[in-house]
Amino acid sequence: MTVSRAEAKRPEASSKRRRQGSSRYSWSSLFYVAPALAFFIVFVIVPIVQSVRISFYRWDGITAATPVGFSNYVEVFTNPAMREALSHSLVLLFFYAALPVVIGLFLAGLMSRIRIYGLTWFRALLFLPQILSSVVVAVSWRDILAIDGPLNETLRAVGLGSITRAWLGDFGTALPAIGGIGTWVEYGLCMLLFLSGIASIDRSLYEAARLDGAGPIREFVSITLPSLRPQISIALILTITFALRNFDLIWNTTQGGPGTSTAVPSVYIYQDAFQNRLLGEASALAVVLTVLTLVIVGIVQLALRESPDRAPRSTPEPAQAPGKEERNS
Amino acid sequence: MKVARSEVVITHTLLLIATAIAVFPFLSIVISSLRGSDSSGSLTFANYAEAWTRGGFGSALASSALVTTAVVAVTVAVACLAGYAMAHMRVPGVKIMLGAMLLGLVLPYEVTVLPLYQMLADWNLIDTYLALILPQIGLSVPLGVFWMRAFFASVPKELLEAARMDGASRFIIFRSVLMPIAGPAIATLVTILFLFTWNEFLLALILVPQNEAVQTAPLALSFFSGAARASDPNITAAAAVLVALPIVSAYVVLQRRLISGITEGAVK
Repeated sequence: MTVSRAEAKRPEASSKRRRQGSSRYSWSSLFYVAPALAFFIVFVIVPIVQSVRISFYRWDGITAATPVGFSNYVEVFTNPAMREALSHSLVLLFFYAALPVVIGLFLAGLMSRIRIYGLTWFRALLFLPQILSSVVVAVSWRDILAIDGPLNETLRAVGLGSITRAWLGDFGTALPAIGGIGTWVEYGLCMLLFLSGIASIDRSLYEAARLDGAGPIREFVSITLPSLRPQISIALILTITFALRNFDLIWNTTQGGPGTSTAVPSVYIYQDAFQNRLLGEASALAVVLTVLTLVIVGIVQLALRESPDRAPRSTPEPAQAPGKEERNS
Repeated sequence: MKVARSEVVITHTLLLIATAIAVFPFLSIVISSLRGSDSSGSLTFANYAEAWTRGGFGSALASSALVTTAVVAVTVAVACLAGYAMAHMRVPGVKIMLGAMLLGLVLPYEVTVLPLYQMLADWNLIDTYLALILPQIGLSVPLGVFWMRAFFASVPKELLEAARMDGASRFIIFRSVLMPIAGPAIATLVTILFLFTWNEFLLALILVPQNEAVQTAPLALSFFSGAARASDPNITAAAAVLVALPIVSAYVVLQRRLISGITEGAVK
Protein backbone atom coordinates (compact mmCIF):
# COMPACT_ATOMS: atom_id res chain seq x y z
CA MET A 1 0.00 0.00 0.00
CA THR A 2 2.76 2.45 0.92
CA VAL A 3 4.58 1.70 -2.32
CA SER A 4 1.58 2.25 -4.51
CA ARG A 5 0.76 5.47 -2.72
CA ALA A 6 4.27 6.79 -3.30
CA GLU A 7 4.08 5.85 -6.95
CA ALA A 8 0.70 7.44 -7.24
CA LYS A 9 2.12 10.70 -6.02
CA ARG A 10 4.76 11.01 -8.71
CA PRO A 11 2.61 10.73 -11.84
CA GLU A 12 0.29 13.20 -10.15
CA ALA A 13 3.04 15.78 -9.92
CA SER A 14 4.14 15.33 -13.53
CA SER A 15 0.58 15.47 -14.81
CA LYS A 16 0.21 18.79 -13.08
CA ARG A 17 3.20 20.08 -15.00
CA ARG A 18 1.78 18.77 -18.23
CA ARG A 19 -1.46 20.60 -17.60
CA GLN A 20 0.36 23.89 -17.79
CA GLY A 21 2.02 23.04 -21.10
CA SER A 22 0.25 21.57 -24.10
CA SER A 23 -2.59 19.59 -22.65
CA ARG A 24 -3.48 15.95 -23.12
CA TYR A 25 -7.22 15.94 -22.94
CA SER A 26 -9.36 12.91 -22.35
CA TRP A 27 -11.80 13.22 -25.23
CA SER A 28 -13.84 10.25 -24.02
CA SER A 29 -14.61 12.21 -20.84
CA LEU A 30 -17.01 14.21 -22.98
CA PHE A 31 -19.37 11.22 -22.91
CA TYR A 32 -19.77 11.77 -19.17
CA VAL A 33 -20.32 15.51 -19.55
CA ALA A 34 -22.54 15.38 -22.64
CA PRO A 35 -25.98 14.68 -21.08
CA ALA A 36 -25.74 17.50 -18.52
CA LEU A 37 -24.27 19.83 -21.11
CA ALA A 38 -27.00 19.02 -23.63
CA PHE A 39 -29.79 19.95 -21.19
CA PHE A 40 -27.96 23.12 -20.19
CA ILE A 41 -27.25 24.25 -23.76
CA VAL A 42 -30.68 23.46 -25.22
CA PHE A 43 -32.78 24.87 -22.35
CA VAL A 44 -30.59 27.70 -21.03
CA ILE A 45 -27.90 28.84 -23.47
CA VAL A 46 -29.96 28.65 -26.68
CA PRO A 47 -32.89 30.59 -25.16
CA ILE A 48 -30.49 33.31 -23.91
CA VAL A 49 -28.98 33.69 -27.38
CA GLN A 50 -32.50 33.80 -28.85
CA SER A 51 -33.53 36.50 -26.37
CA VAL A 52 -30.59 38.63 -27.42
CA ARG A 53 -31.50 38.11 -31.09
CA ILE A 54 -35.21 38.92 -30.62
CA SER A 55 -34.28 42.07 -28.70
CA PHE A 56 -33.08 43.64 -31.97
CA TYR A 57 -36.44 43.15 -33.73
CA ARG A 58 -39.93 44.51 -33.57
CA TRP A 59 -42.10 41.41 -33.44
CA ASP A 60 -45.60 40.39 -32.33
CA GLY A 61 -44.75 36.68 -32.47
CA ILE A 62 -47.11 36.06 -35.39
CA THR A 63 -46.28 38.26 -38.38
CA ALA A 64 -42.76 38.75 -39.75
CA ALA A 65 -40.24 40.44 -37.47
CA THR A 66 -38.69 43.79 -38.49
CA PRO A 67 -35.09 44.51 -37.50
CA VAL A 68 -34.98 47.75 -35.50
CA GLY A 69 -31.38 47.95 -34.28
CA PHE A 70 -31.03 49.19 -30.72
CA SER A 71 -34.37 50.97 -30.54
CA ASN A 72 -35.83 48.43 -28.07
CA TYR A 73 -32.91 49.18 -25.76
CA VAL A 74 -33.40 52.92 -26.19
CA GLU A 75 -37.03 52.30 -25.25
CA VAL A 76 -36.01 50.47 -22.06
CA PHE A 77 -33.90 53.38 -20.88
CA THR A 78 -36.14 56.26 -21.98
CA ASN A 79 -39.67 54.95 -21.41
CA PRO A 80 -40.75 56.43 -18.04
CA ALA A 81 -42.61 53.25 -17.07
CA MET A 82 -39.49 51.12 -17.60
CA ARG A 83 -37.31 53.55 -15.69
CA GLU A 84 -39.84 53.56 -12.89
CA ALA A 85 -39.74 49.76 -12.84
CA LEU A 86 -35.94 49.75 -12.62
CA SER A 87 -36.08 52.26 -9.77
CA HIS A 88 -38.54 49.98 -7.95
CA SER A 89 -35.97 47.21 -8.28
CA LEU A 90 -33.38 49.40 -6.59
CA VAL A 91 -35.80 50.11 -3.72
CA LEU A 92 -36.40 46.38 -3.40
CA LEU A 93 -32.63 45.75 -3.29
CA PHE A 94 -32.59 47.68 -0.03
CA PHE A 95 -35.43 45.60 1.44
CA TYR A 96 -34.44 42.22 0.00
CA ALA A 97 -30.66 42.40 0.32
CA ALA A 98 -29.33 45.22 2.53
CA LEU A 99 -31.84 44.96 5.35
CA PRO A 100 -31.74 41.15 5.76
CA VAL A 101 -27.93 41.17 5.75
CA VAL A 102 -27.82 43.87 8.43
CA ILE A 103 -30.44 42.11 10.57
CA GLY A 104 -28.68 38.78 10.06
CA LEU A 105 -25.31 40.23 11.06
CA PHE A 106 -26.80 41.87 14.13
CA LEU A 107 -28.48 38.69 15.37
CA ALA A 108 -25.58 36.41 14.48
CA GLY A 109 -23.17 38.83 16.16
CA LEU A 110 -25.19 38.71 19.37
CA MET A 111 -25.41 34.93 19.19
CA SER A 112 -21.67 34.53 18.67
CA ARG A 113 -21.05 35.72 22.22
CA ILE A 114 -23.07 33.25 24.23
CA ARG A 115 -24.31 29.68 24.30
CA ILE A 116 -27.80 29.59 22.75
CA TYR A 117 -30.38 27.32 24.33
CA GLY A 118 -32.54 25.47 21.81
CA LEU A 119 -30.37 26.48 18.87
CA THR A 120 -31.66 23.62 16.68
CA TRP A 121 -35.22 24.80 17.13
CA PHE A 122 -34.37 28.42 16.41
CA ARG A 123 -32.49 27.39 13.27
CA ALA A 124 -35.30 25.23 11.94
CA LEU A 125 -38.00 27.84 12.57
CA LEU A 126 -36.01 30.79 11.25
CA PHE A 127 -35.41 28.96 8.00
CA LEU A 128 -39.14 28.31 7.45
CA PRO A 129 -39.77 31.36 5.17
CA GLN A 130 -37.21 29.96 2.72
CA ILE A 131 -38.98 26.66 2.12
CA LEU A 132 -42.48 28.00 1.47
CA SER A 133 -43.63 28.51 -2.10
CA SER A 134 -43.81 32.22 -2.95
CA VAL A 135 -47.49 31.72 -3.75
CA VAL A 136 -48.11 30.45 -0.22
CA VAL A 137 -46.10 33.37 1.14
CA ALA A 138 -48.18 35.77 -0.95
CA VAL A 139 -51.48 34.27 0.25
CA SER A 140 -50.51 34.50 3.91
CA TRP A 141 -49.14 38.05 3.71
CA ARG A 142 -52.17 39.25 1.77
CA ASP A 143 -54.20 38.12 4.78
CA ILE A 144 -51.90 39.78 7.28
CA LEU A 145 -51.77 43.10 5.42
CA ALA A 146 -55.47 43.16 4.48
CA ILE A 147 -57.74 45.98 5.65
CA ASP A 148 -59.18 43.80 8.45
CA GLY A 149 -56.04 41.67 8.85
CA PRO A 150 -53.95 40.97 11.96
CA LEU A 151 -51.58 43.91 11.36
CA ASN A 152 -54.35 46.50 11.32
CA GLU A 153 -56.08 44.79 14.27
CA THR A 154 -52.85 45.09 16.24
CA LEU A 155 -52.43 48.74 15.27
CA ARG A 156 -55.96 49.51 16.35
CA ALA A 157 -55.42 47.71 19.64
CA VAL A 158 -52.41 49.88 20.47
CA GLY A 159 -54.20 53.09 19.50
CA LEU A 160 -52.70 53.55 16.04
CA GLY A 161 -56.03 53.07 14.29
CA SER A 162 -55.48 56.23 12.25
CA ILE A 163 -52.67 54.72 10.17
CA THR A 164 -54.44 51.46 9.30
CA ARG A 165 -55.02 50.85 5.60
CA ALA A 166 -54.96 48.12 2.94
CA TRP A 167 -51.17 48.04 2.91
CA LEU A 168 -50.83 46.33 -0.45
CA GLY A 169 -53.56 48.42 -2.07
CA ASP A 170 -52.25 51.85 -1.14
CA PHE A 171 -50.07 53.73 -3.65
CA GLY A 172 -47.78 54.97 -0.91
CA THR A 173 -47.27 51.71 1.00
CA ALA A 174 -47.56 48.88 -1.56
CA LEU A 175 -43.88 48.87 -2.58
CA PRO A 176 -42.45 49.03 0.97
CA ALA A 177 -45.02 46.40 2.02
CA ILE A 178 -43.71 44.03 -0.66
CA GLY A 179 -40.21 44.99 0.42
CA GLY A 180 -41.10 44.00 3.97
CA ILE A 181 -42.25 40.58 2.77
CA GLY A 182 -38.90 40.20 1.01
CA THR A 183 -37.03 41.13 4.19
CA TRP A 184 -39.08 38.51 6.02
CA VAL A 185 -38.21 35.84 3.43
CA GLU A 186 -34.46 36.54 3.58
CA TYR A 187 -33.34 37.51 7.08
CA GLY A 188 -33.42 34.02 8.53
CA LEU A 189 -31.32 32.67 5.66
CA CYS A 190 -28.75 35.46 6.12
CA MET A 191 -28.58 34.88 9.85
CA LEU A 192 -28.05 31.13 9.45
CA LEU A 193 -25.36 31.68 6.81
CA PHE A 194 -23.51 33.99 9.21
CA LEU A 195 -23.99 31.60 12.14
CA SER A 196 -22.41 28.75 10.21
CA GLY A 197 -19.52 31.07 9.37
CA ILE A 198 -19.12 32.11 12.99
CA ALA A 199 -19.04 28.46 14.06
CA SER A 200 -15.80 28.02 12.14
CA ILE A 201 -14.05 31.02 13.74
CA ASP A 202 -11.30 30.04 16.17
CA ARG A 203 -12.73 30.66 19.66
CA SER A 204 -9.31 31.61 20.99
CA LEU A 205 -9.49 34.81 18.90
CA TYR A 206 -12.43 35.92 21.03
CA GLU A 207 -10.70 34.89 24.25
CA ALA A 208 -7.63 36.90 23.27
CA ALA A 209 -9.73 39.94 22.34
CA ARG A 210 -11.50 39.81 25.69
CA LEU A 211 -8.23 39.53 27.55
CA ASP A 212 -7.18 42.68 25.70
CA GLY A 213 -10.32 44.34 27.03
CA ALA A 214 -12.21 44.54 23.74
CA GLY A 215 -15.91 45.30 24.11
CA PRO A 216 -18.68 43.54 22.16
CA ILE A 217 -18.64 46.09 19.32
CA ARG A 218 -14.87 46.00 18.95
CA GLU A 219 -15.01 42.19 19.01
CA PHE A 220 -17.66 42.16 16.27
CA VAL A 221 -15.85 44.65 14.01
CA SER A 222 -12.35 43.21 14.32
CA ILE A 223 -13.02 39.46 14.53
CA THR A 224 -16.53 38.46 13.47
CA LEU A 225 -17.04 40.75 10.45
CA PRO A 226 -13.72 40.07 8.68
CA SER A 227 -14.12 36.31 9.15
CA LEU A 228 -17.61 36.38 7.62
CA ARG A 229 -16.44 37.85 4.31
CA PRO A 230 -17.32 34.74 2.21
CA GLN A 231 -20.71 34.37 3.92
CA ILE A 232 -21.58 38.05 3.44
CA SER A 233 -20.63 37.78 -0.19
CA ILE A 234 -22.80 34.71 -0.77
CA ALA A 235 -25.69 36.20 1.23
CA LEU A 236 -25.63 39.32 -0.94
CA ILE A 237 -25.48 37.30 -4.16
CA LEU A 238 -28.44 35.12 -3.13
CA THR A 239 -30.55 38.04 -1.93
CA ILE A 240 -29.69 40.38 -4.81
CA THR A 241 -30.56 37.81 -7.49
CA PHE A 242 -33.80 37.09 -5.63
CA ALA A 243 -34.61 40.82 -5.45
CA LEU A 244 -33.99 41.43 -9.15
CA ARG A 245 -36.06 38.53 -10.46
CA ASN A 246 -38.86 38.60 -7.90
CA PHE A 247 -41.74 37.90 -10.29
CA ASP A 248 -43.66 35.35 -8.20
CA LEU A 249 -44.18 37.40 -5.07
CA ILE A 250 -45.31 40.56 -6.86
CA TRP A 251 -47.51 38.70 -9.33
CA ASN A 252 -49.34 36.95 -6.49
CA THR A 253 -49.74 39.98 -4.25
CA THR A 254 -50.28 43.12 -6.35
CA GLN A 255 -49.63 42.17 -10.01
CA GLY A 256 -47.61 45.42 -10.18
CA GLY A 257 -50.41 47.60 -8.83
CA PRO A 258 -52.05 49.68 -7.65
CA GLY A 259 -51.42 51.59 -10.87
CA THR A 260 -47.79 50.83 -11.60
CA SER A 261 -46.61 51.44 -8.04
CA THR A 262 -45.09 47.96 -7.61
CA ALA A 263 -44.25 47.17 -11.25
CA VAL A 264 -40.77 45.71 -11.68
CA PRO A 265 -38.93 44.62 -14.86
CA SER A 266 -39.94 40.95 -14.56
CA VAL A 267 -43.64 41.92 -14.48
CA TYR A 268 -43.23 43.94 -17.69
CA ILE A 269 -41.24 41.11 -19.29
CA TYR A 270 -44.14 38.74 -18.64
CA GLN A 271 -46.83 41.19 -19.73
CA ASP A 272 -45.00 42.39 -22.86
CA ALA A 273 -44.08 38.87 -23.94
CA PHE A 274 -47.33 37.05 -23.18
CA GLN A 275 -50.10 39.65 -23.01
CA ASN A 276 -49.12 42.73 -25.05
CA ARG A 277 -47.22 40.80 -27.76
CA LEU A 278 -44.25 43.18 -27.72
CA LEU A 279 -41.66 40.42 -27.98
CA GLY A 280 -38.72 42.63 -28.93
CA GLU A 281 -39.20 45.01 -26.02
CA ALA A 282 -39.74 42.16 -23.55
CA SER A 283 -36.48 40.55 -24.71
CA ALA A 284 -34.50 43.79 -24.53
CA LEU A 285 -35.74 44.34 -20.98
CA ALA A 286 -34.85 40.74 -20.07
CA VAL A 287 -31.34 41.19 -21.46
CA VAL A 288 -30.91 44.46 -19.53
CA LEU A 289 -32.11 42.76 -16.34
CA THR A 290 -29.64 39.91 -16.87
CA VAL A 291 -26.70 42.24 -17.49
CA LEU A 292 -27.69 44.34 -14.47
CA THR A 293 -27.79 41.22 -12.29
CA LEU A 294 -24.41 39.99 -13.50
CA VAL A 295 -22.81 43.43 -13.04
CA ILE A 296 -24.13 43.85 -9.49
CA VAL A 297 -23.12 40.30 -8.54
CA GLY A 298 -19.69 40.92 -10.08
CA ILE A 299 -19.24 44.12 -8.09
CA VAL A 300 -20.20 42.35 -4.85
CA GLN A 301 -17.73 39.55 -5.53
CA LEU A 302 -14.92 41.98 -6.34
CA ALA A 303 -15.63 44.14 -3.29
CA LEU A 304 -15.74 41.19 -0.90
CA ARG A 305 -13.15 38.86 -2.42
CA GLU A 306 -10.63 37.36 -0.04
CA SER A 307 -7.58 39.63 0.00
CA PRO A 308 -4.41 37.52 -0.38
CA ASP A 309 -2.72 39.12 2.65
CA ARG A 310 -5.53 39.25 5.21
CA ALA A 311 -4.16 42.63 6.22
CA PRO A 312 -5.87 44.54 9.03
CA ARG A 313 -6.71 47.43 6.73
CA SER A 314 -9.13 45.21 4.86
CA THR A 315 -11.37 44.80 7.89
CA PRO A 316 -13.65 47.82 7.43
CA GLU A 317 -14.68 46.77 3.93
CA PRO A 318 -17.32 44.15 4.70
CA ALA A 319 -18.90 46.53 7.17
CA GLN A 320 -19.42 49.03 4.40
CA ALA A 321 -20.68 46.70 1.72
CA PRO A 322 -24.30 46.42 2.90
CA GLY A 323 -24.30 50.16 3.49
CA LYS A 324 -23.26 50.77 -0.11
CA GLU A 325 -26.38 48.99 -1.29
CA GLU A 326 -28.45 51.23 0.92
CA ARG A 327 -27.06 54.37 -0.64
CA ASN A 328 -27.69 53.11 -4.14
CA SER A 329 -31.33 52.51 -3.44
CA MET B 1 -15.96 33.34 28.26
CA LYS B 2 -17.78 35.33 30.90
CA VAL B 3 -20.77 37.27 29.66
CA ALA B 4 -23.24 39.24 31.72
CA ARG B 5 -26.46 37.42 32.56
CA SER B 6 -28.49 40.33 31.19
CA GLU B 7 -26.87 39.86 27.78
CA VAL B 8 -27.89 36.19 27.72
CA VAL B 9 -31.49 37.19 28.45
CA ILE B 10 -31.57 40.02 25.91
CA THR B 11 -30.09 37.90 23.11
CA HIS B 12 -32.57 35.08 23.72
CA THR B 13 -35.46 37.56 23.80
CA LEU B 14 -34.46 39.10 20.47
CA LEU B 15 -34.03 35.64 19.01
CA LEU B 16 -37.49 34.64 20.19
CA ILE B 17 -38.99 37.75 18.56
CA ALA B 18 -37.15 37.09 15.28
CA THR B 19 -38.36 33.48 15.33
CA ALA B 20 -41.95 34.46 16.14
CA ILE B 21 -41.97 36.84 13.17
CA ALA B 22 -40.54 34.12 10.91
CA VAL B 23 -43.23 31.64 11.92
CA PHE B 24 -46.25 33.92 12.27
CA PRO B 25 -47.46 34.16 8.63
CA PHE B 26 -47.61 30.40 8.12
CA LEU B 27 -49.13 29.90 11.55
CA SER B 28 -51.79 32.50 10.79
CA ILE B 29 -52.96 30.74 7.60
CA VAL B 30 -53.02 27.41 9.45
CA ILE B 31 -55.26 29.01 12.09
CA SER B 32 -57.58 30.73 9.63
CA SER B 33 -57.82 27.53 7.54
CA LEU B 34 -59.31 25.79 10.59
CA ARG B 35 -61.78 28.57 11.34
CA GLY B 36 -65.45 27.92 10.56
CA SER B 37 -67.52 30.33 8.45
CA ASP B 38 -69.71 31.18 11.45
CA SER B 39 -68.06 33.10 14.26
CA SER B 40 -68.59 30.40 16.89
CA GLY B 41 -64.85 29.91 17.15
CA SER B 42 -65.03 26.13 16.74
CA LEU B 43 -62.38 24.43 14.62
CA THR B 44 -63.28 22.59 11.43
CA PHE B 45 -61.70 20.81 8.48
CA ALA B 46 -64.55 21.84 6.18
CA ASN B 47 -62.40 24.48 4.49
CA TYR B 48 -59.94 21.79 3.43
CA ALA B 49 -62.66 19.65 1.90
CA GLU B 50 -64.03 22.68 0.10
CA ALA B 51 -60.62 23.79 -1.24
CA TRP B 52 -59.69 20.22 -2.22
CA THR B 53 -62.78 19.70 -4.40
CA ARG B 54 -63.17 23.23 -5.78
CA GLY B 55 -59.49 23.87 -6.52
CA GLY B 56 -58.58 20.44 -7.89
CA PHE B 57 -55.62 20.19 -5.55
CA GLY B 58 -55.54 16.39 -5.67
CA SER B 59 -54.53 16.54 -9.31
CA ALA B 60 -52.27 19.55 -8.75
CA LEU B 61 -50.31 17.84 -5.98
CA ALA B 62 -49.96 14.71 -8.13
CA SER B 63 -48.65 16.83 -11.03
CA SER B 64 -46.15 18.53 -8.73
CA ALA B 65 -44.97 15.18 -7.41
CA LEU B 66 -44.50 13.78 -10.92
CA VAL B 67 -42.69 16.84 -12.30
CA THR B 68 -40.48 17.19 -9.22
CA THR B 69 -39.51 13.52 -9.19
CA ALA B 70 -38.60 13.53 -12.87
CA VAL B 71 -36.60 16.77 -12.68
CA VAL B 72 -34.69 15.72 -9.56
CA ALA B 73 -33.96 12.17 -10.78
CA VAL B 74 -32.65 13.20 -14.20
CA THR B 75 -30.71 16.20 -12.87
CA VAL B 76 -28.97 14.12 -10.21
CA ALA B 77 -28.08 11.38 -12.71
CA VAL B 78 -26.55 13.70 -15.32
CA ALA B 79 -24.92 15.87 -12.63
CA CYS B 80 -23.18 12.84 -11.07
CA LEU B 81 -21.72 11.80 -14.42
CA ALA B 82 -20.60 15.31 -15.34
CA GLY B 83 -19.36 16.12 -11.84
CA TYR B 84 -17.24 12.94 -11.79
CA ALA B 85 -15.66 13.74 -15.16
CA MET B 86 -14.99 17.36 -14.24
CA ALA B 87 -13.39 16.38 -10.93
CA HIS B 88 -11.23 13.47 -12.10
CA MET B 89 -10.74 13.66 -15.88
CA ARG B 90 -9.15 16.18 -18.17
CA VAL B 91 -12.29 17.39 -19.90
CA PRO B 92 -11.60 19.57 -22.96
CA GLY B 93 -13.14 23.02 -22.55
CA VAL B 94 -14.00 22.43 -18.91
CA LYS B 95 -13.23 26.03 -17.97
CA ILE B 96 -15.69 27.43 -20.48
CA MET B 97 -18.35 24.94 -19.35
CA LEU B 98 -17.91 25.86 -15.70
CA GLY B 99 -17.90 29.57 -16.51
CA ALA B 100 -21.16 29.28 -18.44
CA MET B 101 -22.73 27.25 -15.63
CA LEU B 102 -21.62 29.83 -13.07
CA LEU B 103 -23.59 32.38 -15.09
CA GLY B 104 -26.48 29.92 -15.08
CA LEU B 105 -26.46 29.94 -11.27
CA VAL B 106 -27.15 33.69 -10.93
CA LEU B 107 -29.12 34.23 -14.13
CA PRO B 108 -32.61 35.73 -13.84
CA TYR B 109 -34.39 33.06 -15.86
CA GLU B 110 -36.91 35.64 -17.08
CA VAL B 111 -34.41 35.98 -19.92
CA THR B 112 -35.07 32.38 -21.02
CA VAL B 113 -38.86 32.12 -20.73
CA LEU B 114 -39.99 33.70 -24.00
CA PRO B 115 -37.70 31.65 -26.29
CA LEU B 116 -38.45 28.57 -24.17
CA TYR B 117 -42.15 29.07 -24.79
CA GLN B 118 -41.61 29.42 -28.54
CA MET B 119 -39.30 26.41 -28.72
CA LEU B 120 -41.69 24.17 -26.79
CA ALA B 121 -44.60 25.46 -28.86
CA ASP B 122 -42.68 24.43 -32.00
CA TRP B 123 -42.29 20.97 -30.49
CA ASN B 124 -46.02 20.88 -29.59
CA LEU B 125 -45.17 20.42 -25.92
CA ILE B 126 -46.96 23.43 -24.38
CA ASP B 127 -49.45 22.27 -21.72
CA THR B 128 -47.71 18.92 -21.24
CA TYR B 129 -45.59 17.54 -18.40
CA LEU B 130 -42.50 17.60 -20.60
CA ALA B 131 -42.83 21.38 -21.00
CA LEU B 132 -42.30 21.66 -17.25
CA ILE B 133 -39.76 18.87 -16.84
CA LEU B 134 -37.22 19.50 -19.62
CA PRO B 135 -36.47 23.20 -19.00
CA GLN B 136 -36.25 22.71 -15.24
CA ILE B 137 -33.62 20.00 -15.73
CA GLY B 138 -31.62 22.48 -17.81
CA LEU B 139 -31.97 25.17 -15.15
CA SER B 140 -31.04 22.76 -12.32
CA VAL B 141 -27.97 21.32 -14.05
CA PRO B 142 -25.52 24.10 -13.00
CA LEU B 143 -26.27 23.66 -9.29
CA GLY B 144 -26.14 19.87 -9.59
CA VAL B 145 -22.86 19.82 -11.49
CA PHE B 146 -21.10 22.23 -9.13
CA TRP B 147 -22.39 20.28 -6.15
CA MET B 148 -21.30 16.83 -7.35
CA ARG B 149 -18.00 18.10 -8.75
CA ALA B 150 -17.16 19.60 -5.35
CA PHE B 151 -18.02 16.30 -3.66
CA PHE B 152 -16.08 14.05 -6.07
CA ALA B 153 -13.06 16.38 -5.91
CA SER B 154 -13.06 15.96 -2.13
CA VAL B 155 -12.65 12.17 -2.36
CA PRO B 156 -9.02 11.22 -1.54
CA LYS B 157 -7.06 10.49 -4.72
CA GLU B 158 -5.57 7.37 -3.07
CA LEU B 159 -8.96 5.72 -3.15
CA LEU B 160 -9.23 6.11 -6.93
CA GLU B 161 -5.59 5.17 -7.49
CA ALA B 162 -6.04 1.95 -5.52
CA ALA B 163 -9.03 0.98 -7.66
CA ARG B 164 -7.13 1.86 -10.83
CA MET B 165 -4.25 -0.36 -9.70
CA ASP B 166 -6.74 -3.19 -9.41
CA GLY B 167 -7.56 -2.63 -13.06
CA ALA B 168 -10.93 -0.96 -12.62
CA SER B 169 -12.12 1.09 -15.59
CA ARG B 170 -13.24 4.69 -15.16
CA PHE B 171 -16.89 3.73 -15.20
CA ILE B 172 -16.38 0.90 -12.72
CA ILE B 173 -14.59 3.34 -10.39
CA PHE B 174 -17.55 5.69 -10.71
CA ARG B 175 -20.13 3.00 -10.11
CA SER B 176 -18.44 0.83 -7.50
CA VAL B 177 -16.11 3.21 -5.64
CA LEU B 178 -17.58 6.71 -5.82
CA MET B 179 -21.35 6.25 -6.00
CA PRO B 180 -21.54 4.08 -2.84
CA ILE B 181 -19.93 6.86 -0.76
CA ALA B 182 -21.82 9.72 -2.46
CA GLY B 183 -25.07 9.03 -0.59
CA PRO B 184 -25.04 11.99 1.82
CA ALA B 185 -23.94 14.49 -0.85
CA ILE B 186 -26.66 13.25 -3.21
CA ALA B 187 -29.29 13.31 -0.45
CA THR B 188 -28.60 16.98 0.27
CA LEU B 189 -28.66 17.83 -3.44
CA VAL B 190 -31.97 15.98 -3.84
CA THR B 191 -33.45 17.94 -0.93
CA ILE B 192 -32.42 21.31 -2.37
CA LEU B 193 -33.58 20.49 -5.91
CA PHE B 194 -36.85 19.08 -4.59
CA LEU B 195 -37.53 22.34 -2.78
CA PHE B 196 -36.72 24.58 -5.77
CA THR B 197 -38.65 22.48 -8.27
CA TRP B 198 -41.71 22.00 -6.09
CA ASN B 199 -41.99 25.77 -5.54
CA GLU B 200 -41.34 26.86 -9.15
CA PHE B 201 -44.04 29.25 -10.33
CA LEU B 202 -43.10 31.40 -13.35
CA LEU B 203 -42.26 28.48 -15.67
CA ALA B 204 -45.50 26.73 -14.77
CA LEU B 205 -47.49 29.92 -15.40
CA ILE B 206 -45.98 30.29 -18.86
CA LEU B 207 -45.53 26.72 -20.07
CA VAL B 208 -48.76 25.01 -18.92
CA PRO B 209 -51.25 27.90 -18.89
CA GLN B 210 -54.36 26.14 -20.22
CA ASN B 211 -54.26 22.50 -19.18
CA GLU B 212 -55.58 22.07 -15.65
CA ALA B 213 -54.61 18.40 -15.62
CA VAL B 214 -50.87 19.16 -15.61
CA GLN B 215 -50.88 22.33 -13.51
CA THR B 216 -48.62 22.18 -10.47
CA ALA B 217 -49.69 22.97 -6.91
CA PRO B 218 -48.30 26.55 -6.70
CA LEU B 219 -49.91 27.44 -10.03
CA ALA B 220 -53.25 25.94 -8.99
CA LEU B 221 -53.05 27.90 -5.75
CA SER B 222 -52.30 31.11 -7.63
CA PHE B 223 -55.34 30.67 -9.89
CA PHE B 224 -57.54 29.53 -7.01
CA SER B 225 -56.60 32.41 -4.73
CA GLY B 226 -57.03 34.89 -7.58
CA ALA B 227 -60.49 33.58 -8.39
CA ALA B 228 -61.49 33.20 -4.77
CA ARG B 229 -60.07 36.52 -3.62
CA ALA B 230 -63.49 38.01 -3.10
CA SER B 231 -64.83 34.87 -1.43
CA ASP B 232 -63.88 33.14 1.81
CA PRO B 233 -60.24 33.78 2.78
CA ASN B 234 -60.37 30.78 5.13
CA ILE B 235 -60.79 28.44 2.15
CA THR B 236 -57.88 30.12 0.35
CA ALA B 237 -55.84 29.66 3.51
CA ALA B 238 -56.73 25.97 3.58
CA ALA B 239 -55.62 25.67 -0.06
CA ALA B 240 -52.30 27.37 0.76
CA VAL B 241 -51.71 24.97 3.65
CA LEU B 242 -52.45 22.02 1.35
CA VAL B 243 -49.83 23.24 -1.13
CA ALA B 244 -47.25 23.88 1.61
CA LEU B 245 -47.91 20.65 3.50
CA PRO B 246 -45.70 18.24 1.49
CA ILE B 247 -42.78 20.66 1.69
CA VAL B 248 -43.28 21.42 5.37
CA SER B 249 -43.54 17.73 6.32
CA ALA B 250 -40.45 16.88 4.29
CA TYR B 251 -38.73 19.80 5.98
CA VAL B 252 -39.52 18.48 9.46
CA VAL B 253 -37.57 15.33 8.59
CA LEU B 254 -34.80 16.87 6.49
CA GLN B 255 -34.26 20.32 8.01
CA ARG B 256 -30.81 19.62 9.43
CA ARG B 257 -29.51 18.35 6.10
CA LEU B 258 -31.15 21.15 4.14
CA ILE B 259 -29.95 24.02 6.32
CA SER B 260 -26.37 22.83 6.57
CA GLY B 261 -26.43 22.02 2.86
CA ILE B 262 -27.52 25.50 1.85
CA THR B 263 -25.55 27.51 4.40
CA GLU B 264 -22.29 25.60 4.02
CA GLY B 265 -22.64 24.44 0.41
CA ALA B 266 -23.37 27.92 -0.89
CA VAL B 267 -19.99 29.18 0.26
CA LYS B 268 -18.16 26.41 -1.58
